[in-house]
Amino acid sequence: MEPHNSSFDEHKVLHDLKHYLPAQSPLKDFIHHNTLHAFQNLKFHDALRTASELFGYKVSLSLEEYRSLFKSGRIHEDVLDKIITDKIGDKELKSWKEKMISKVYNTATIPRIGMLRSNWKKVYHTDLDSMVHPILFRILCSYLDQGIAIWKFPGSEKSFLNALKEMESNSFSSLFRGKRARNLFLNSTCEINDLLKILVGDESLYAQYLYDQQFAHQGWSGMVSAIEDQPQTLLDKRDISTHDLIVFELLLEIDALDFQFGANWSPLCKGLTQKPIELFAEVPKTEHSQVMAIWQEAFEWSYYDRVLAGIQIEKKSTVAPQKKSFQAMFCIDDRECSFRRYLEQFDPACETFGTPGFFGVEFFYQPLDGKFYTKVCPAPVTPKYLIKEFGSKTKRQKDIHFSKHSHSFYSGWLIAQTLGFWAAVRLFFNVFKPSVTPAMASSFKHMDKFSKLTIENKNTDHKENGLQIGFTIEEMAIRVENLLKSIGMVTDFAPIVYVVGHGSSSVNNPHYAAYDCGACSGRAGSVNSRVICFMANHPDVREVLRTKGIMIPEETQFVGALHDTTRDEIQFYDEDSLTPLNRKYHQKNELVFDSALDFNAKERSRRFESIDTHLSPAKIHEAIRIRSVSLFEPRPELNHATNALCIVGRRELSKGLFLDRRSFMNSFDYQVDPEGKYLLNILNAAAPVCGGINLEYYFSRVDNQKLGAGTKLPHNVMGLFGVANGIDGDLRPGLPSQMIEVHDPVRLLIIVEHEPNVVLNTIQKNLATYEWFVNEWVNLVVVHPVTHRLFVFREGDFVPYEPLIYPVTQVNDLATLLESNQENIPVYALT
Amino acid sequence: MTSILHYFILLPLAGFLISLLIPEKKESLISWTAFSVVGLHMVCAFIFLVYWLLHGHSILNQKDFVVFQTNGYEFFIDFYFDKITASYLFVGSFLTFLVTVYSRYYLHREEGYKRFFNAILFFYLGYIITIFSGNLETLFIGWEVLGISSFLLIAFYRDRYLPVKNAVKVFSIYRIGDIGLIIAMWLSHHLWHENITFLRLSNYEFVHEHIQSHSFIGAFLSLMILISASAKSAQLPFSSWLPRAMEGPTPSSAIFYGSLSVHLGVFILLRTYLFWEHQTSIRILIAVLGLTTAIITTGIARVQSSVKSQIAYASIAQIGLIFIEVAAGFGNLALFHFAGNAFLRTYQLLVSPSVVSYLIREQFYNFTPHEHTVEDSFPAKLKNTLYILCIKEWNLDSIMYRFLWNPLKWAGKKMDFLTVQRVVIFFIPTYLIGLYCLYNEDTVPARVLATLPILFSLIGLVMVLKSFAERKRAVMSWILIIMNHFWIALAVSFNEHFKSTQTFIYLSGIVVSGFVGYVCLRRIKSLENSIDLDRFHGHSYEYPKITFIFLLACLGLSGFPITPTFVGEDLIFTHIHEDQFMLAFFTALSFIIDGLAVIRIFARVFLGPHVKTYHEIAYRSS
Repeated sequence: MEPHNSSFDEHKVLHDLKHYLPAQSPLKDFIHHNTLHAFQNLKFHDALRTASELFGYKVSLSLEEYRSLFKSGRIHEDVLDKIITDKIGDKELKSWKEKMISKVYNTATIPRIGMLRSNWKKVYHTDLDSMVHPILFRILCSYLDQGIAIWKFPGSEKSFLNALKEMESNSFSSLFRGKRARNLFLNSTCEINDLLKILVGDESLYAQYLYDQQFAHQGWSGMVSAIEDQPQTLLDKRDISTHDLIVFELLLEIDALDFQFGANWSPLCKGLTQKPIELFAEVPKTEHSQVMAIWQEAFEWSYYDRVLAGIQIEKKSTVAPQKKSFQAMFCIDDRECSFRRYLEQFDPACETFGTPGFFGVEFFYQPLDGKFYTKVCPAPVTPKYLIKEFGSKTKRQKDIHFSKHSHSFYSGWLIAQTLGFWAAVRLFFNVFKPSVTPAMASSFKHMDKFSKLTIENKNTDHKENGLQIGFTIEEMAIRVENLLKSIGMVTDFAPIVYVVGHGSSSVNNPHYAAYDCGACSGRAGSVNSRVICFMANHPDVREVLRTKGIMIPEETQFVGALHDTTRDEIQFYDEDSLTPLNRKYHQKNELVFDSALDFNAKERSRRFESIDTHLSPAKIHEAIRIRSVSLFEPRPELNHATNALCIVGRRELSKGLFLDRRSFMNSFDYQVDPEGKYLLNILNAAAPVCGGINLEYYFSRVDNQKLGAGTKLPHNVMGLFGVANGIDGDLRPGLPSQMIEVHDPVRLLIIVEHEPNVVLNTIQKNLATYEWFVNEWVNLVVVHPVTHRLFVFREGDFVPYEPLIYPVTQVNDLATLLESNQENIPVYALT
Repeated sequence: MTSILHYFILLPLAGFLISLLIPEKKESLISWTAFSVVGLHMVCAFIFLVYWLLHGHSILNQKDFVVFQTNGYEFFIDFYFDKITASYLFVGSFLTFLVTVYSRYYLHREEGYKRFFNAILFFYLGYIITIFSGNLETLFIGWEVLGISSFLLIAFYRDRYLPVKNAVKVFSIYRIGDIGLIIAMWLSHHLWHENITFLRLSNYEFVHEHIQSHSFIGAFLSLMILISASAKSAQLPFSSWLPRAMEGPTPSSAIFYGSLSVHLGVFILLRTYLFWEHQTSIRILIAVLGLTTAIITTGIARVQSSVKSQIAYASIAQIGLIFIEVAAGFGNLALFHFAGNAFLRTYQLLVSPSVVSYLIREQFYNFTPHEHTVEDSFPAKLKNTLYILCIKEWNLDSIMYRFLWNPLKWAGKKMDFLTVQRVVIFFIPTYLIGLYCLYNEDTVPARVLATLPILFSLIGLVMVLKSFAERKRAVMSWILIIMNHFWIALAVSFNEHFKSTQTFIYLSGIVVSGFVGYVCLRRIKSLENSIDLDRFHGHSYEYPKITFIFLLACLGLSGFPITPTFVGEDLIFTHIHEDQFMLAFFTALSFIIDGLAVIRIFARVFLGPHVKTYHEIAYRSS
C-alpha cells in the first residue's frame, strides 16, 4: 500500500476552523467577547478588511453614515484633517479629503466563503442547504437540548455519533433517505477524508469545502465547537465535537445528492470549470478600505479628543480624610458610572471606587438545594474554592404555564379548558399591570438575603469534588490586600465601606445573562460582595493585613450590597452585624443611596421612549421598575450600549466630567503602585473584558445580521442554549438589535493615569494583553499624574497628544440637558 | 339588534383603511389608531354580547346587500350571529386587543412598524368577516383576507430567506383550503339552486330533502369543507405548516398561529354542522382525522426541542381533539375548548422567551439525569422508530412537496419548449379561432363543441403550469397567468350561454390588475436588468412603493375581493354543470396554481435577501 500522503491535514483544518467559528457559549453563560477574535493577530483595520473579504461581514458604519456624521458635526473637521495628515501625508490632504467626502465607491461585497460550495446550486442545480439544514439542525438541537423536549433524545448520554448510530441501527425508520449513506454510517469508519472524496473528489479543495459547509450555519457550528471546548457549560452534559458534526453533515449531503440523482453523480470537482480563489489568500488594501479606516478613526477621535481635553482639566481637591462619611466600591461596569456621580453629588463627603465586580475573590457558588456549582469570577479563571449557601428559607415559585403537561394529550385537554382561562386573566394583568412573576430573571434571586455562606475554611482537607470549601485566613488576607492595593484604598478608611456588586432583572429575555456582571461570568455579584466583606471584617485577616501595612481601624466595617441595574434598587447584606453607631450612619447613608438611585433612574430614562423624562425622579423610578417586569418590553435596560471608555486612575481624574454612562472606571493610585505591579493585573483584565464587551457591541452594531443576532422579536428559544429565527433557522450568536441600536461603534479608549514608561513596561509583560494594544483593538492613552500631559500609544511607543477641540463645554443644569436629549451626549464639564 | 351587525365589520374596515394612510414614521399615531379601533371594537362587542345574552340570545341574520344579480344567480353579502359567532367574537376581540397593546411597545423602533399594524388590522377584518358571515360567499371573502394577511405577517421580515420561503409554503397550503371552499360553493349552487345562507341550513326538512336526492354531492361537499377546515386548522396531512409559520414577531405568531387563525377550521366545521350532521360517514371521518392528528402531533410535540414548535404541535393536537368533539356533536364543549386553548397558547407563546431563565433555574435545582418518560417502556426498536419519525415530523413536510408541488413543477417543466414567441405565435391565433367558433357555433359540429370547453380549460391549465414552473422570465410568467384567465373565460363561455357582461365582470379585474402588474415588472426590469425567477431579489428594499402597487396587482389577478373578478370567479363556476367534474377540476386547479404562481412572482422579485450587498444582509440559513 502507498503511504498516506495527503495535502489535507484533518486535524489542523478542524483546529483552525474552530478558531474562526463564533465562540459564544450557551445563553445561560453569555459572556461578551471580541466577535472577530480569530483575527486578533492582525492589526485592527487589516483584520476588518480581511474578515469582510473572507466572510462578507460588514465591519464598519456605511460610507453614508460616516458622511452624515461629518455633516452633523459629530465627526470634527480638524480631527479628520489630522488623521488624513497622519495616515496619508500633508500633501495629499486636499485630494484625500475630497475622496472622503464625495467620491463614489462600489461598496457591495462578494465574500469568498461559500464560493466553492455554491457550485452545487450553479452546476448541479441542487439546493443542498434546504435539503440538509432542517434535519441537521433539528437533530443537533434535540441532542443538545437542555430541557425543552418532553421526550429526550434516546441515548443522549453517549457521544453524538454513537447515539445516532445506536438509534439508526435499531430502528424500522431511518435518519437518511437512501441506503448508501446509511450503510456508510453503520458499516464504515466514516473518515472525513473518505466522505469528502465522494463529495468533493479533489483533495486540494477539502479544507475550503469544510469552511463553506460550516459557515453556511456558523451559529450551530459555533455552538458545537463551544460545547466541545467546555462541556461543563451545559448542565446536562453532552459529548459532541466539530468532527462529529462534520461527519454527520457530510453523510446527509451524500444522502441528499443520492436522493436527487440516484447513485450516479460525480464529485463536485468534476463540475468545476475553474477553482475558486483560495479562502485565505492575501486581501490587498484598497483605496476604499483606507477611506473607511480613516473615517472610523476620525469618528473615534472626535469623541476621544473631547474626553481627553476634559481629563486634563484641573479638578477639585479630594475629600478630607477625617470627614469621610462612607466609602463604596463598585464594579468597573459603565452602568455604575452615573450612580457613583449621584452618590458623590448628594453626599460630597463620600468616596467611591471601581474594580472588577468579583472583587478579587474567585470561587464556585452553590445555592441551597442547587444541584450544580456556579462559577462567579471572570470566565478564564478556574477557581479552586467553593462557597455554599445554607439556612435560606425562601421557596422558589413555580409557574404552571411553563408546565409540560399542557403539551400532552389528555392533561393538555384538561389544562386547555381550565388553565387556559386563567392564562387570559394573567395576560390581561401582564399587559395592564405588570408585576413580578416566577418567570422573571431577578438578580436578587441569585442568593437569599437572609441565608448564610460557608466562607471561612478551618481545615484545608474540607473539600467537595476537589474544591476547597471556603478560604483560609491566609488566603483571605491575600485577596483583601490585593483588592485594596489595586484600587489604592490603603489609608483613611471611612466608618463604613460598602462593597456593591451588581446584577440585573428582566423578563422575557433569553439574553438575561449578558445583562449581569461580566466579571462574575454573567451572574449577579451579590455573593462575591458578601464574601469579600466577610474577609475584610475578619479580625484575623485584619491582623495579617496590619503586618502588610494596611491598618483598617476597628470601627470600620465592610458591608456587602447588590445594585440591580435594571430596577435601580439596592439590597444590603448582613446589616445586623453593624455596630450601633455604624447602624446609625448606615441609616443615613441609605437615604443617600435611595435618592441617588432615583436620579440614576431619571438619567437612564432619557433613552426610554415609554417614560417621560420630565417627571420627578421618584415617579420615573417607579416607571422603570414596572418596565423591568413588563413582558412586552424588549429593552429592560440598555446594558453596555454606548460604552467607549475605560479610565484607570484616581476618581479625581474624571470626577467633574459628565461621561454619559459611557465609561468603565477602574480605581487605581499610581502612588500606591509605582512599579505597575497591580496595574498589570488591572490591564490584564480590563483589555480583554472591557475590550471584549466593547468589540462585541461594535460588531453587533455594524453588522447586526451577520455578526449580531438581528431583531429579537421573532426569536425562538432552541434547547435552552440559543436563539434562532423561526423553527428551522441557524442559531443567532451576538447581540440582538434592541441591545445595540443606540451604540456608537467606537473602539474602547483606555486611559491610564501613570508615567508613560511604567505603563509601557507593564503592558509588555503579558503578550496576550499587549496584542490588544499593539494591534489596536483597543486604544490606549496615558495621562501623566503630575503634568497632566497626554501620551497616545502608537506602534509600540507613547507619543504626546494635544487635544484639538477646546474648550470643553461647561454645563450647570444637568437635568435640563438630560431631559432634552435622547441621543449620545458629548463630554461636558460639570460646574 | 340585527341591523347593527354590519357595523362590526365596518369598524375594522375603516380602521384598516385609515391605518394605511398614516405616514410610516408616526409610530404613536399608528399604534394609537390600531389600539382605539380594536379597543372600541372590543368594548362594543362586549356590550353587544351582554345585551344579546340578556335578550334571549336568538340567532340573528342580516342580508346586507346584493353585489350582483342575474336570473337564477344572486351574489349577496350576508351576516349571521349565533353562539358560535359570539364565542369567536369574545375570544378574538379580547386577544387581538391585548396583543395590539402588547405590540405597541414590543415593536417600538422596528422597521415595518406600520406594516405590522396594517397587517394586524387587516387580519382582524378578515377574522370578523369570517365569523360574522351568513353564507359561503361572505365567508370566502374573510377567508381570502386571512390568507393574505397571514402571508404578509409570516413574511414580515421580508429581507430574510426563511420567512419568505415559509410564507409561500403556508400560502400554498391555504390555497388548497381556498379551493375546497370554491368547489363547495360551486356544488352548493347546484345543490340548492340558490345562494344558500347558513340560516337556511338550520331548517332540517329543507336540508334533508336536498341531501336525500343528492347524497353523493352532499358527501362531496362535506368533504370539500373538511379539506378546507383541515388546511386552516393544520390537521393531517397539512400539519407541518403551523410551526413554520412562526417567523414573524412573537405577538403575531401568538395571535395568529397560536390562537385565532388556526381555530378557524373548527369554526367552519361548527358553522356547517347542520349540513353534515346526518352524514354519519363524514362525522366518523372527521373524528378519525382529529384523533389521528391528535395522536401523531402529540408525539411530534413531545420531541420538539424549540419552544415555539412545541407549542404549535401541542396546539394542533388539541385542535384534533376539538374536531372529535365537533364530530360527536358536542358543539358547546368544542367552543369552550377552543376558547381555553386559544388563551393558553397565546399566553404560552408570549412568555416563551422567559422559558430560558425559568427552565434553566428549574434544571439547576431539580436536575435528574435520566428522567423516565412513557416511551422508556417501549421496546427499543419501536422507541427508536417512533423517535425518528417524530423528529422528521412523519415526513409531512416532504410529503407535501413530493405529492403536491413536485408533480406540478414536473408538469410545468415539460412545457419548457414554450417561449414568449411561441406562446404568441401559437396561442393567439388559436384563441382567435376559439373566439370565432364561439360567435359562429353553427359551423362547428356538436361533438367537437362539447369537447371544446375541456380543451380550452386544459390549454389554460397548461399556461398556468408553465407560469408556475418558469425559472427565468418573470414578465412572461405574469403574462401566462393573465392568458390563463382568458382561456377559462372562453372555455366556460362555450359551456353555457350567458350574457357577455358576466365575462366582462370576470375579466375586468384581470385586465386592469394584469396591466398594472405588467407595468411594475417592466419598470423593475428596466431599472435592474435581470429579474429571473430562479432566486429571490428582494427589490422591496429599494422600491417599497412599486412593491405595494404590485402586491395590489397580484391580489387583483388572483381574484381577491378588491376587483369585480372576485364575483366573476364565482359566476364562472356557476356555469359549470354539476356533472362536469373534469371542467370544474381543471378550472379549480387553474385557480390554485394561479394564486401560487402570482405569489411566487411577488416573492421572488420583491422579497427575500436583497441581491445588492452594500448593506447588512442576513445569512440565508438564519
